[in-house]
Amino acid sequence: MSGENRIGDTILEVKNISLSFGGVKALTDISFDIKEGEVRAIIGPNGAGKSSMLNVINGFYHPQQGEVWFRGKKRVAMKPYQVARQGVARTFQNIALFKGMSTLDNLMTGRITHMKTNLFWQSIWAGPAAKEELEHRERVEHIIDFLGIQAIRKTPVGRLPYGMQKRVELGRALAAEPKLLLLDEPMAGMNQEEKEDMSRFILDVNDEFGTTITLIEHDIGVVMDLSDRIVVLDYGCKLADGTPDVVRNDQDVINAYLGVSHD
Amino acid sequence: MSESNKLDTFPKLLLDHAKKRPNKDAIREKDLGIWQSWTWSQAADEIIALANGLASLGFKRGDKLAIVGNNRPRLYWGMCAAQCLGGIPVPVYQDSVADEMQYVLDHSEVRFTLVEDQEQVDKMLEIFDRCPAMEQIIYDDPRGLRDYDKANLHDFEDLQELGRNFAKKKPGYLDQEINKGSGADIGIFLYTSGTTGKPKGVVMTNDNIIITAINSVNFDQLTENDEIVSYLPMAWVGDHIFSYAQAYVTGFCVNCPESADTVSTDLREIGPTYYFAPPAIFENILTSVTIRMMDASKLKQKMFHYFMGVAKSTGVAMLDGKQVTAKERFLYWLGNILVYAPLKNTMGFSRIRLAYTAGEAIGPELFDFFRSLGINIKQLYGQTEAAVFITMQPDGEIYADTVGIPAPDVEVKVNDDGEVIYRGPGVFHSYYKNEESTKETKNEEGWVLTGDAGYFADNGHLKIIDRAKDVGKFSDGSMFAPKYIENKLKFFPHIKEVVALGDGKDHCTAFINIDLEAVGNWAERNNLPYASYQELAGHELVYQMMLESIEQTNKDLSTDSLMSNSQIHRFLILHKELDPDDGELTRTGKVRRRIVAEKYNVLIDALYNGAKDCYINTEVAFEDGRKGSIEATLNIVEAKTFKPVVSSGSTN
Repeated sequence: MSGENRIGDTILEVKNISLSFGGVKALTDISFDIKEGEVRAIIGPNGAGKSSMLNVINGFYHPQQGEVWFRGKKRVAMKPYQVARQGVARTFQNIALFKGMSTLDNLMTGRITHMKTNLFWQSIWAGPAAKEELEHRERVEHIIDFLGIQAIRKTPVGRLPYGMQKRVELGRALAAEPKLLLLDEPMAGMNQEEKEDMSRFILDVNDEFGTTITLIEHDIGVVMDLSDRIVVLDYGCKLADGTPDVVRNDQDVINAYLGVSHD
Repeated sequence: MSESNKLDTFPKLLLDHAKKRPNKDAIREKDLGIWQSWTWSQAADEIIALANGLASLGFKRGDKLAIVGNNRPRLYWGMCAAQCLGGIPVPVYQDSVADEMQYVLDHSEVRFTLVEDQEQVDKMLEIFDRCPAMEQIIYDDPRGLRDYDKANLHDFEDLQELGRNFAKKKPGYLDQEINKGSGADIGIFLYTSGTTGKPKGVVMTNDNIIITAINSVNFDQLTENDEIVSYLPMAWVGDHIFSYAQAYVTGFCVNCPESADTVSTDLREIGPTYYFAPPAIFENILTSVTIRMMDASKLKQKMFHYFMGVAKSTGVAMLDGKQVTAKERFLYWLGNILVYAPLKNTMGFSRIRLAYTAGEAIGPELFDFFRSLGINIKQLYGQTEAAVFITMQPDGEIYADTVGIPAPDVEVKVNDDGEVIYRGPGVFHSYYKNEESTKETKNEEGWVLTGDAGYFADNGHLKIIDRAKDVGKFSDGSMFAPKYIENKLKFFPHIKEVVALGDGKDHCTAFINIDLEAVGNWAERNNLPYASYQELAGHELVYQMMLESIEQTNKDLSTDSLMSNSQIHRFLILHKELDPDDGELTRTGKVRRRIVAEKYNVLIDALYNGAKDCYINTEVAFEDGRKGSIEATLNIVEAKTFKPVVSSGSTN
């Protein structure tokens, strides 16, 4: 696989995160780090707190306890769009695209954090706004080429099959040129061929753009193949953390997540 | 003209264009959503740099350069670059799996390969050790290849850079090599798609290709102002003639689509003046038009049907230069504004001057549809061994059921066995390393057997019945021509492929492949849920729809004295699409009858033993080369047949 040298320093660290909704404890005292350039997976059974963890990283949930350190700075409570500006992009478990808009327009919305011209210029689409849009369009065209979705450039997203929509959503997240890309079950509901395509894209994004990727995924085979390191959650607690080999052989993980073997 | 500056090779033609029309667009490619163009002088620079690069790696006279990928300017340049050095390009079908490629690359002793992207590089690396002659791999698109071992792997641009340095060190080397080339040199190997057995390497000289291209250009008055969209496999002789040879002869511009999936959009943007497509593509276009019209508003549907009626009676006559009344002319003019012009625009045919189809017989209804819109679609008959052209239809003499008169300089006749034979300037040099086959196909006087049964109609036009070996007999001795029956059925938009059976039996039966797009759309409109191709294909209502089509065909056949015995008695709908990856079709989409017959043996038995259904388990290959299997129990349905109508005057 790809060489170790691409993995750098810690880009994000969560320390002792606890999150509860009323009396329900979603996360209890979770700590782990994400290193620059790696593919980091979060796995666990249903209700383990994986999506909550992602929502904490992306600033949607604010944990009652614990700290999030991003690129060497402790993060104060932020709105998701502020986190996005810092360079964190994500995709959603159940696709959250603008269904009535074309693929191209959806991808352009991914550029929003990079647009500098003000509302006035944008609304009359002239001067600096038109020039800026061309630059953004070029970036977006590179992503369209990268994902091989030229044929659906002008197609309204709502008319695309599920696997394609997932791909467009990945494209929109990429359009933001994130430092850290969060993928919430990128392969849920896909067939084998679509999964293979998506895996290819994830590895390529990581390799070509050097983007750090954190993903939640249920398909264990996929996770083991793609990830550099894996965090395992169960009932909101951290169960294990390490390389795929370490996690695969961890007795706690085998017991809790993959089932206890009787022999 | 002295011998040395005769334009008898492609590199010489290239330099000539670079001199005569340096600023005319030679080739375009849509990249990142924008059409990028290269003029003839720019293209010449690129090709020269590449040729020098190849020379610096040791590519020399007689070496073969395999070309694997979709239609890309750089791959076309690769062909010319190899020819600059006296090398031989060997284009390979890009969607072949690694093992299929290995046969061709090994057989042709390819030393260098020029491939499009990572996918093809991976295939090359997989077979590298099994192809002893192979040395270097050059790739166009570097994506995903960063971490590969670069020992035998070269980036296209890096190689050109090497070439530019090489040219500084050895100026004049390339010109010398180009001047050494002549028309009698071997120019290219084109591997046949192989309906039977292993593909054969058809060896062509430069003269074969260039003289044929010149003849065909003159026949249809093609000029440098024509535009073509090249989207058919580069390994196919047709693409080599249309997108390469004719472009180098006339200087017209070749447009490469953005990707295989965007061809229809790209076609619309370019609006080619000259277009080639096999009948299947014209069928697809008609199918999608039909589907979209069904979804259109009532008013639009009415307009469409009314004016298509007008077009059918008037359009064809006008295209053939026949007399029409002022009223008809007016209606056609009105129809053009309201229906034909917008329709042609959607299909990308607004500027079309000339369209060809070949490869399979085309349904007369389909042919008339396009011609009635004023699209000058003509048929030609050809094969790889002839550098395409055997017969062509001249303007004004277009008939749906014939393939035209002999192409310029080509002699065509029918031998005593009823097989069509020909000879002419395009006749191939030999099959590579296969003297036996060469002798079987081409006799000492240069006559080539086509393998097709046919005859000349009274008007002097050739009529092809079927592959000679496919034409069989029913047990009562009457003729069984499967393709004729299949083509009749394939005209129905919801039928994609048909295999007619009946040789040696007492009646005809058929396998049907539904058209997923058309039937799927129909199912959607009728609130018919389905999860897979298999489920849709086995649906009762779908069977009902097929039954109606077949009975209508039977009725048609019953009026044809020669074919009335060919009415389909029983049929079934296959649970999977016939697929080249499973060996059932050739890469160009023709049915491999023998393989289908072997594979679906149980189904054929069931069709003839009166069973109501039949269980089958079929092995399928996935795109990544892995195998799986699907099983199904297929229903067999009986169709109504009709008493032969004794022709007592005009039918139709």
